[in-house]
Amino acid sequence: MSEIKNEELVGFAVHTMLYQTKLTKKFANRKPYVAPNPNNIVSVIPGTVVEVNVKVGDVVKAGESIMVLESMKMQNQIAMPHDGKIRTIHVAAGDRIPKHHLMIEVE
Amino acid sequence: MSLKKHILDLRKRKEQVEMGGGEKAIEKQEAMGKMTARKRILSLLDEGSFTEYDLFVEHEARDFGMDKMQLHGDGVIIGTGTIYGAPICIFAQDFTVAGGSLGLMHARKITKIMDHALKMRVPLIGINDSGGARIQEGVNSLAGYGEIFYRNTLASGVIPQISVILGPCAGGAVYSPALTDFVFVVDQISKMFITGPGVIKSVLGEEISMEDLGGARVHAETTGNAHFFANSEAECLEQIKKLITFIPWNNTKKAKAFPPKPPKEKGHLADIIPADPKQPYDVREVIKGIVDDSDFFEIQAMWAANIVIGFGRLNGETVGFVANQPLVLAGVLDVDSSCKAARFIRFCDSFNIPIVTLEDMPGYLPGVDQEHAGVIRHGAKMLYAYSEATVPKITVILRKAYGGGYIAMNSRHLGADFMFAWPIAEIAVMGPEGAANIIFKKEIDAAENPEEMRQLKVQEYKEKFANPYVAAAKGYIDSVIEPDHTRELLLHAIEVSANKDDHRPAKKHGVPPF
Repeated sequence: MSEIKNEELVGFAVHTMLYQTKLTKKFANRKPYVAPNPNNIVSVIPGTVVEVNVKVGDVVKAGESIMVLESMKMQNQIAMPHDGKIRTIHVAAGDRIPKHHLMIEVE
Repeated sequence: MSLKKHILDLRKRKEQVEMGGGEKAIEKQEAMGKMTARKRILSLLDEGSFTEYDLFVEHEARDFGMDKMQLHGDGVIIGTGTIYGAPICIFAQDFTVAGGSLGLMHARKITKIMDHALKMRVPLIGINDSGGARIQEGVNSLAGYGEIFYRNTLASGVIPQISVILGPCAGGAVYSPALTDFVFVVDQISKMFITGPGVIKSVLGEEISMEDLGGARVHAETTGNAHFFANSEAECLEQIKKLITFIPWNNTKKAKAFPPKPPKEKGHLADIIPADPKQPYDVREVIKGIVDDSDFFEIQAMWAANIVIGFGRLNGETVGFVANQPLVLAGVLDVDSSCKAARFIRFCDSFNIPIVTLEDMPGYLPGVDQEHAGVIRHGAKMLYAYSEATVPKITVILRKAYGGGYIAMNSRHLGADFMFAWPIAEIAVMGPEGAANIIFKKEIDAAENPEEMRQLKVQEYKEKFANPYVAAAKGYIDSVIEPDHTRELLLHAIEVSANKDDHRPAKKHGVPPF
């Protein structure tokens, strides 16, 4: 019978019980949940930034296009989620960005 | 010409076509560590049993200079043969002929052998090694794929279908394996994806190697698309042969029975499992202590390892095992493990294989990622598969059976035929600590020493509910058994259920939570 190597075991809580067990790679690498911040404009798909239509400090109305992200051969207008001011811009035209990339912060 | 001359002419023709894409292409194939399509078939089947069909088929494409190209067998070999005497139909794409690309006649050959397998009610094995659609043949290639998928679906649940990925299998081609029952992959050789690294890079800007995107390990470990992982083609072919010994020819037959053998591993089952429900053990050791010759053939060993599935024999007859694995993630049920078990249960039910469920699980895995990944609908697949199954269904509760997991793991309430429990079994809505915290909240909060009171109440709850006798008193458990009698009782249960006759309401088909 194969002996279980203790160094691979970790404490793993399910409800109120703490079990000694191994983790799967998938579980160990999972990303913890972070509540979305409505002031952070994040890419929902990877792509290339075509243009940024705003500057830091601009006051923008909800629905106005603040940048264009090209993905899957489509030029997607990224709209301002609510009335507000542009605080920081993290991307520039020509940038290739992954999914979940923070593009613009507003306030 | 005399007859002899005709025969010599036939031999010459055959020899020429059997060379596939010619010596150079064969050399190239072998340099990649791959066997040729013909060698794969001949190595897999019983010696001398392969009978080839459609050797002399030729394509009819006229565009883009295709009229000047001769493609031997149109890039695929089809035929019939036997594995350990069991008849099977087989096709193998020949990468040495136009990259094994799928054109109209190539697809016609595949659908011909599929139709044959379905009509003859014998298993179908498909060896995939193809660059994809033959672009010169345009929509005819797409039609070919569609006709293959259609037949995969019609044959599903009637004959076992096995897909072997021994090379690239990309784009639409991946959906044929995905529709079949078992997918075999080989490290560094198998590549499966819908869109390759090139397209992903140009469209999305994401860079990834072919191996990391859709290599054998990815599909065996991460996606769950593959059922068997091997380090070499030879090992893969051995795995296929072994699988064939465990499964029947079709859905009206039982798998071939072998001479009964006692388990090799003679240890006491009771010694494997710690009585403390928080301590792990490898449930595969328990299975090996139960099955004939300790021969357990695990499926999808690397994916969702918190549940173990596979075949073993009891008294010589094939049985499917579904077992929680306390060694990995404490044996919880989650999205992946539910999908893995549910599909296996449906395979067993389709092909008359009794199911033995070994239960030791703390419940469903809590977490945002699980809830958002749809653990409700995926978890429901388990309930559906067990409830729907009419083959003999036997459950042994080894230790913990908490909450929704108790119901899901083939409980009496889902139609289990035999419910056994070991004396250390704990059948409850949740673990004793959680339960005591809720039920005795008032007493604990009001106590002078809450911690002491809590421990007292946990103990009280444990004594009252953390045992199999409450469920046994209701008849939810048929017998509380001694661990060392487990095999004996399973053999008995299989014997008693040999003529089980159970039916579900007539319907076109159900609507499972796919």
